[in-house]
Amino acid sequence: MLDAHAKPLVEITGMCKWYGDFSALFDINLTVHEGEKVVVCGPSGSGKSTMIRCINQLEAHQKGTIRVDGVEVSPELKNIEGIRREVGMVFQSFNLFPHMTILDNLTLGPTRNRGISKKEARDLAMHYLERVHIAEQAEKYPVQLSGGQQQRVAIARALCMKPKVMLFDEPTSALDPEMIAGVLDVMIELAEEGMTMIVVTHEMGFARKVADRVVFMDQGEIIEVAEPEQFFSNPQSDRAQLFLSQLLGH
Amino acid sequence: MDRNSPPPAPPRKRLTIVDYLLFASVIGLIVFASYRVNDVLVYHWNWSRVFGFIIRFDEETGSWVANLLMYGLATTLRLAVWGTIFATIIGILMGYWRTVDNLTLRIISRSYVELVRNIPPVVFIFIFYFFISSQLFPALGVDDIDRDGYIVNTWAFWILFGDPALLSNFLAGVLCLAMFEGAYVTEIVRAGIQAVPKGQWEAARAIGLSRTNVLKDVILPQALRKILPPMAGQFITLIKDSAIVSLISIQELTFLATEVAATTTKVFETWILVGAMYFVLCYSFALLFAWLERRAARSRR
Ligand SMILES: Nc1ncnc2c1ncn2[C@@H]1O[C@H](COP(=O)(O)OP(=O)(O)OP(=O)(O)O)[C@@H](O)[C@H]1O
Ligand SMILES: [Mg+2]
Repeated sequence: MLDAHAKPLVEITGMCKWYGDFSALFDINLTVHEGEKVVVCGPSGSGKSTMIRCINQLEAHQKGTIRVDGVEVSPELKNIEGIRREVGMVFQSFNLFPHMTILDNLTLGPTRNRGISKKEARDLAMHYLERVHIAEQAEKYPVQLSGGQQQRVAIARALCMKPKVMLFDEPTSALDPEMIAGVLDVMIELAEEGMTMIVVTHEMGFARKVADRVVFMDQGEIIEVAEPEQFFSNPQSDRAQLFLSQLLGH
Repeated sequence: MDRNSPPPAPPRKRLTIVDYLLFASVIGLIVFASYRVNDVLVYHWNWSRVFGFIIRFDEETGSWVANLLMYGLATTLRLAVWGTIFATIIGILMGYWRTVDNLTLRIISRSYVELVRNIPPVVFIFIFYFFISSQLFPALGVDDIDRDGYIVNTWAFWILFGDPALLSNFLAGVLCLAMFEGAYVTEIVRAGIQAVPKGQWEAARAIGLSRTNVLKDVILPQALRKILPPMAGQFITLIKDSAIVSLISIQELTFLATEVAATTTKVFETWILVGAMYFVLCYSFALLFAWLERRAARSRR
């Protein structure tokens, strides 16, 4: 599935992070190539969110290196905004800007960062709103939309920056069951178009369908990396077996 | 039971014997106080002398013109408006500094707030006034601005700043008041910024906005919306607090009332009247803000 000559987009080597004395991440090594889709799973508190938030430096790591498209990111990096524009992020709680219309939510980034005109930004925004199937809601405010619609807007907002890689942090966990499919469909379409994606999720159907690799984390470490079929049917580590049995138990 | 029957009426609120006793004692106190003033102090009420200081009849032109207390009221209003504008500017800047990572900025803003809040207002105003009038204004050349009077003698200037001859006096009052109230605005703004959910900062950063844009486009608009009600309250507090700058001879309502009380010797009348003027002013603003707030709440989706 994966082109052997694809260039590495995100390279994490020997990365460690502490919150005070608490070791949240330890010796994380992970390389994600262009066009690759990686699903991250693991028990609550295992450091999944922390790991992907380090990639665009919403959290600062203390040891090791993270490279995005060849550029090392660190808390000292002057042009961290430049990196963040290449990395789209979708949050569990949507985090749309409530005081702006849907359209303004989408055009804010491009007009401020890419220096493009209002008109161009508008066209760009409408294009992505159509892709997530909610173009008709453009003039509404976030509170007027359902959770699933808000999350799709959030995806469109990230896409408007034309990112090289998209990070998803449990994008469907805050949604009512009937809303989940719509969001997953959008993500699957995105994957089929070749977007590089790192997705924290427990949606096994999604992982089976799109993931090239599944990364299993526990207690701040990467325990296992495997192809989805193999990981779900025949996990190697005890901890992954336990985690999967609990996940399927429900 | 019939589902469609109306809900039972809520219990009526009734006055109890305690309420009646309270009313009676309040009225009793007022009656006693007026008896003391009239009969024991043998005080001669003369309201018309004091009213003449609000508006008076000008014999020369044959019309009614505003007098000292009206001028004072106008100055108080100008002080309040300009004071609020500057206090808001100071408050937004300092309030933001209270929330940043940079230690120096945090120390500056924190010291400012603590300094103002832990010194009696009168003392603060005296110190700051001394600094303004002896250092700042001479350095800025405030008294030499517009010698030829092109701007100063216009209508707009009079409405905005009052008598040009008293300009530096007025500006000193505005600055003192703004510095003083700015500390309270700072705390309101800080609370407003901190009330914006963390996810908003993260989402704004994640799309690559610069620090300034995160603040200007995402955080401040939401924070300011949240702090509008406390800011309205602070504006009314500022009107009342403006009385304090009478101590540095700013010619606002309280300062002029002191003069009126001295010339007429009608102390009670003057201060009761001035109290009523402040009350009307502040209460009108309170009603206005309450109305605006209700309207905003209704228009919000
Ligand atoms: N700001 C913080 N300060 C201190 N500890 C934190 C902070 N954020 C996270 N942690 C701790 O770091 C660990 C990893 O948290 P993280 O949110 O990355 O887990 P997660 O795998 O995303 O869990 P979940 O599935 O519940 O989202 C947890 O033990 C958490 O308590
Ligand atoms: Mg998480």
